Amino acid sequence: MESILNVQNLSKSFQTGRKELTVLDSVSFEVKKGQTFSIVGPSGSGKTTLLGLCAGLDQSSSGSVELNGIRIDQMSEDERAAIRNQHVGFIFQSFQLIPTLTALENVMVPLELRGQRNPKDQAMELLTKVGLADRHDHYPSQLSGGEQQRVSLARAFSNAPSILFADEPTGNLDDETSEIVEALLFKLNQEHGTTLILVTHDLELAKRTQRTVKIKGGKLVEDILNPNPIV
Amino acid sequence: MTWLFKMAWRDSRRNYKRLLLFTSSIVLGIAALVSIDGFGENLKHDIDKEAGSLLGADLRISTSRTIKPATQSFLDSIAQFGDISKEVSFASMVSFVKTEDTRIVNVRALEGKYPYYGNILTEPASAYAELSQGQHTLLDEQVMKEFDIVLGDSVKVGNLVFVVTGKIKGIPGQTTVQMGVVPSIYIPMQYLDASGLIQFGSRYLRKFYYQYEDEKLADQLKEKYQKQYRPEGLDFDSIASSKRQTSQAFGVMTRFLNLVGFIALLLGCIGVASAVHIYIKGKLQTVAILRCLGIKGDKAFLIYLIQIAGMGLVGSLIGVVLGTFLQTVLPSVLSDFLPIAVSFGISWYSIGKGILLGILISVLFALIPLMNIRNVSPLRTLRVNEEVSEKGLGRWIVFGLIGAFILGFTYLQIGSLIEATFFVLFILFSFIILAAVAWLVMFLVRRIIPSNWSFILRQGFANLHRPNNQTFILVLSIGLGTALIATLFFMRGLLLDQISVAQAGDRPNMIVFDVQTPQKDQLLALTDSMDLPVLQQVPIVTMQLEKVKSMTRKEMMADSTRKDRWALNRENRVTYRDSIINSETIIDGAWVGNYDGNGPVPISLEKDYARAIGASLNDPLVFNVQGVELETVVSSIREIAWNRIQTNFLILFPNNILEQAPQFHVLITRTSSTDQSVAYQRNVVKAFPNVSVVGLEQILSTVDDLIGKISFVINFMALFSILTGLLILIGSVILSRFQRIKESVLLRTLGANRKQVLLINLTEYALLGLIAAFTGILLALVGSYALAVFVFQSPYSIKIVPIIIVLVTIVSLVVLIGLSNSRGILNRPPLEVLRGES
Ligand SMILES: Nc1ncnc2c1ncn2[C@@H]1O[C@H](COP(=O)(O)OP(=O)(O)O)[C@@H](O)[C@H]1O
Ligand SMILES: [Mg+2]
Repeated sequence: MESILNVQNLSKSFQTGRKELTVLDSVSFEVKKGQTFSIVGPSGSGKTTLLGLCAGLDQSSSGSVELNGIRIDQMSEDERAAIRNQHVGFIFQSFQLIPTLTALENVMVPLELRGQRNPKDQAMELLTKVGLADRHDHYPSQLSGGEQQRVSLARAFSNAPSILFADEPTGNLDDETSEIVEALLFKLNQEHGTTLILVTHDLELAKRTQRTVKIKGGKLVEDILNPNPIV
Repeated sequence: MTWLFKMAWRDSRRNYKRLLLFTSSIVLGIAALVSIDGFGENLKHDIDKEAGSLLGADLRISTSRTIKPATQSFLDSIAQFGDISKEVSFASMVSFVKTEDTRIVNVRALEGKYPYYGNILTEPASAYAELSQGQHTLLDEQVMKEFDIVLGDSVKVGNLVFVVTGKIKGIPGQTTVQMGVVPSIYIPMQYLDASGLIQFGSRYLRKFYYQYEDEKLADQLKEKYQKQYRPEGLDFDSIASSKRQTSQAFGVMTRFLNLVGFIALLLGCIGVASAVHIYIKGKLQTVAILRCLGIKGDKAFLIYLIQIAGMGLVGSLIGVVLGTFLQTVLPSVLSDFLPIAVSFGISWYSIGKGILLGILISVLFALIPLMNIRNVSPLRTLRVNEEVSEKGLGRWIVFGLIGAFILGFTYLQIGSLIEATFFVLFILFSFIILAAVAWLVMFLVRRIIPSNWSFILRQGFANLHRPNNQTFILVLSIGLGTALIATLFFMRGLLLDQISVAQAGDRPNMIVFDVQTPQKDQLLALTDSMDLPVLQQVPIVTMQLEKVKSMTRKEMMADSTRKDRWALNRENRVTYRDSIINSETIIDGAWVGNYDGNGPVPISLEKDYARAIGASLNDPLVFNVQGVELETVVSSIREIAWNRIQTNFLILFPNNILEQAPQFHVLITRTSSTDQSVAYQRNVVKAFPNVSVVGLEQILSTVDDLIGKISFVINFMALFSILTGLLILIGSVILSRFQRIKESVLLRTLGANRKQVLLINLTEYALLGLIAAFTGILLALVGSYALAVFVFQSPYSIKIVPIIIVLVTIVSLVVLIGLSNSRGILNRPPLEVLRGES
C-alpha cells in the first residue's frame, strides 16, 4: 500500500537560554494510507511536538517529513497552510473552536476557505452526523466540552481530509463523553477512509488503532501492530 | 474576497463589547476633533466679530483735514454698499450752568447708527438711542461726579445749552491708553452748526463709520483706496487692523485652539492604537486556529484589517454625528455660562475631515498590532507560545507612515513645517522615553522584588513583568495621554497668566500726566496720604528722531514712497530705567541698563517701531533732545505685551544719561471706588494745576471684556479636550481588563478572597498609573516649556499645584477603573467568566 506520511530522522530541539533541549531525537516511521495510527508516551516525551511537525504546524531542526508524497519540511508557512486546507484535518485536546463563530460557521470555515459551493448544506450534514444539528447556531461557550469536541470533529472532516491528526482528543473529557467522541471519531474515519494519527496517553484507546508507536525522551522506543483494531 | 468580508463580520459579532471600546476611542477622538474644530471655529469667528466693537464699525475713515469735494464724493460713494455714520470731534471748553465750572472736554457730535458693533453703555440705558431726539447731551461718569452734575442739569457747549440726559459708563473703540485723554461728551450732529464751534481754522477730527453685510468688503475697500486717499489725509481702519491692539491675545487663542485640535486627535490615535493592540492580542488564538485550518497569513491579516477599517468607519461616523451634536448643543446648554453667544454652523469640511481621519487613524495605528497576525504560528493551537511580533521591513514602513501622517496633520493644523517637525520629534522622543521607562520598570521589578514582602505586594509587583503583562502598553498609552493632557493643562495656566494680567486685582485705573520734577515728591506724598498705591512712576523725556544710520529725517521724509511716516515725525516720549519690566521681552540683542559714558548711548526699540523707521540691531540713531543732538545705537529690540495696562514705550534709554534732561513724570495708581477717584482727582488738580489726571475705567472695559472672553475660550476648550482625553484613557484601561480576568478568577478558585484579589490589582494599577503619569508629567513639562518659549513666546514658570492635580487625577482614575474592572469580574461566578470570553 501507498504511504501517506513518511518521517525520516526527524529531530527538534529548542534553545532555552544557553542550553539546547533536544525534544525529538532522530525519529523515523512511515504510515500507510487509510491506516489508524497512534503515538503514546509519558507526558513531556515529545508527542505533541512530533504531531505538530508531521502536520506541518512547525519547522523541524533536521530530518524530513513527506505528506502525501510532498516534502513539507522545507515549505513556507503559507505553502503549508494550503496543504493543510487540502489534505489535513485536526482535533485538539482543548477543542480550539473559534469562539466568535457559531457551531455551523466553525464547520463551514475549511469549506469556505476552499471556495466550495453550498458550504452550509455540507456543514449541516456533518453536524447532523455528530448529532448536533439542532445546536448549529450556538456559540462554543454555549456548548459542553463533549459537544464542542463533536463540533470540532465535524469541522475536521468537513474538507474530507486524507489524513487526520488528533492530539489527545479526549484528554479534557470524562469517560462517558470520551466514549461517545471516540466512537464518532472512528466511525467518521471509517466512512471517509481517512488516515488517523492519534496522540494519546490512554493505552486502551491506542489499542483500538492498527498500529502504535511509543516515544520516550524524544526517541521512538516501540512499534506495535495491535491485534484487535477497529476496522 | 466576499468571504473575507463575511468572516470579518461574523468574527466581530461576538466581540461587540471589545469592539465597542475600540470604536468608542475613535468615536471620542473624532467627536472631540469635529466639535473642537467646529466649536472652536465658531467661537473664534464670534470673538472676531466681537472685535468689531473695538472699532464700532467694519470700516472707519478719519481725517483731520478739510475734505475736498472729490474726496467727499468718494466717502459718500462707498456708503452705497452698506450704512454710514458720521462723527465730528474736537476739544472745547464747556461750562456747567448750575455751578458755572468750566472744563475742557472732547466733544463728539454724532449722526447715524454708530456703533454698529458693541454698545455705548449709558445710564439710563436708552439715553444714547434717544440722544438725537432733542438738545441732549451725554457726559462721562467721571465728569459728572467731579462737578456734581445730575441728569437734567444743563451744559453750555458753544452757543447752545444742552440737557444732560445720560451718564456714559463705557465707550467702545478706545483700547489703548492715549496720553492726554480727556473726558468726552456726546451731542447730536444736527446742533453742531448752530453751536458755532466749527469755524474756519479750528482743529477737528472727522470720522466716517461704515457697516457692510460682507465683512471682507471693508478690507477690500481699504486695500483698494488707502494709497490713493492717504495723501488727502484720510486714515483707513478696518476691524482687522484695529484688532492688532489685542492681537497678542488673539494670536494666543488661535494657536491654542490649533493645539487643542491637534492634541485631541493624538489622544484619539493613542486610544485606537492601544485598543487595537489589546484586541488583536485576544484574537491571536483564533488566528492560530484559522491558520491550522489552512488560511494564509495575508488572508487572516485582511480579515482583521477589514474589521478594523469597518469599525473605524462606523466609529468616525458616530463620532462625527456626536461631535456635530455636541457643537450644536453646547452653546444652548451652556448659554447661561457662556459670556458670548456662540453661533452654530455645520462645517462639511470638518465632517469630511473627521470621517477620513477616523478611518485613516484606525487603519494606520492598527497596522502594527495587525501585522503580527501574519506571523501567528498555527502551533499556538497545540501550545500557547510566546509573543509574536513583526520584525521586518513592514514594521518600519508603518512607523514611517505614522510619522508622515502626524507630520502632515500637524503641518495642516499649525501651518509651519519646522514647528510640525519639532512636534513629531518630540512625540517620538516621548515614545522612546516611555518605552525605556516601561522596559526599565519590568527589568527592575524582575530583579528586585524582596521575597519577604507580603504575597499581595509581590503579586502586584510581579504582574508588571510576568508574561502577558500590560506594562508596556499601559505605560505608553497612559504616559503619552498624560503628557498631552498635562501639556494642555500647563499651557492653559501659562496663557491665562499671560493674557489676564490686565484683569488682576491691582490693575491701574488712574494716570497722572505732566508732573514736573520738583512736584514729583509732593505728588508721591499726596498719593501716599490717600492710601493709594503707586503702581508705576516713570520719567518722560520728549525727543525727536533726527537721523537713522546716515539718513536724516528730512531726506527720509522727502521720499514720497516711504511708508510708516508717522514713526519718523512723531514727538517721542521716552523713558529711562536700568531694567526691563515684565510686559517686555528682548527678542534681539542685549539690554543695557546703565550707560557707561563712552560712545553712543545703547538704547532699546520696540520691534514694530524699529521696522517702521528702518533700523535694526547696532544701527546708529541720532535724537534731538530739546535742541541737543544725542548719538545712540540700537543695542536691543523689544517686544511689548500691549494688552497690559502700563505705560509702555517704543524707545527705552538706560540710566545715567537723561537724568538732567528736561522731563516730566507720569504716575499710575489704582483707586478702589469712584468716590475715591473723584476725591483724588480733585486733590491733585487743586495742588498741581498744571497736571492732568485721567481715570481709565470706561476705556478699559472693551479690552477687558474681550480678554475675558478669550480666556474663557481657552479655559473651555482646554477642559473639553482634557475630558475627552480622560475618557480615551479610561477606554484603554478598561480594555486591559480582559488581560486579568482569567488570572483573577484562577486566584479566586485557588482560595484568594475578594479583598486579596482587589489589593493585588490595586497594587498593579497604582504602580502603573504612578509610573506612567509621572513620566508623562515630566514629558509635559519639557513639552510645555518648548511650546511656551518657541511657539507662544511667553515666559515660562513651573507651578506645583497643577502638577499635583494632574498626577493625583490620573493615578486615581487608573486605579479606580482598574478596580472597577476587577469588581465586575469578582461579582460574577468564576465559571461564567471562564466560559465566557477566553
Ligand atoms: N517552545 C518550547 N521551548 C522549550 N521547550 C519546549 C517548547 N515546546 C515544548 N518544549 C519541551 O518539549 C518537551 C516535549 O513537549 P511535548 O511535545 O508537549 O510533550 P507531550 O506532548 O508528549 O506531553 C517538553 O519537555 C517541553 O517542555
Ligand atoms: Mg502533548
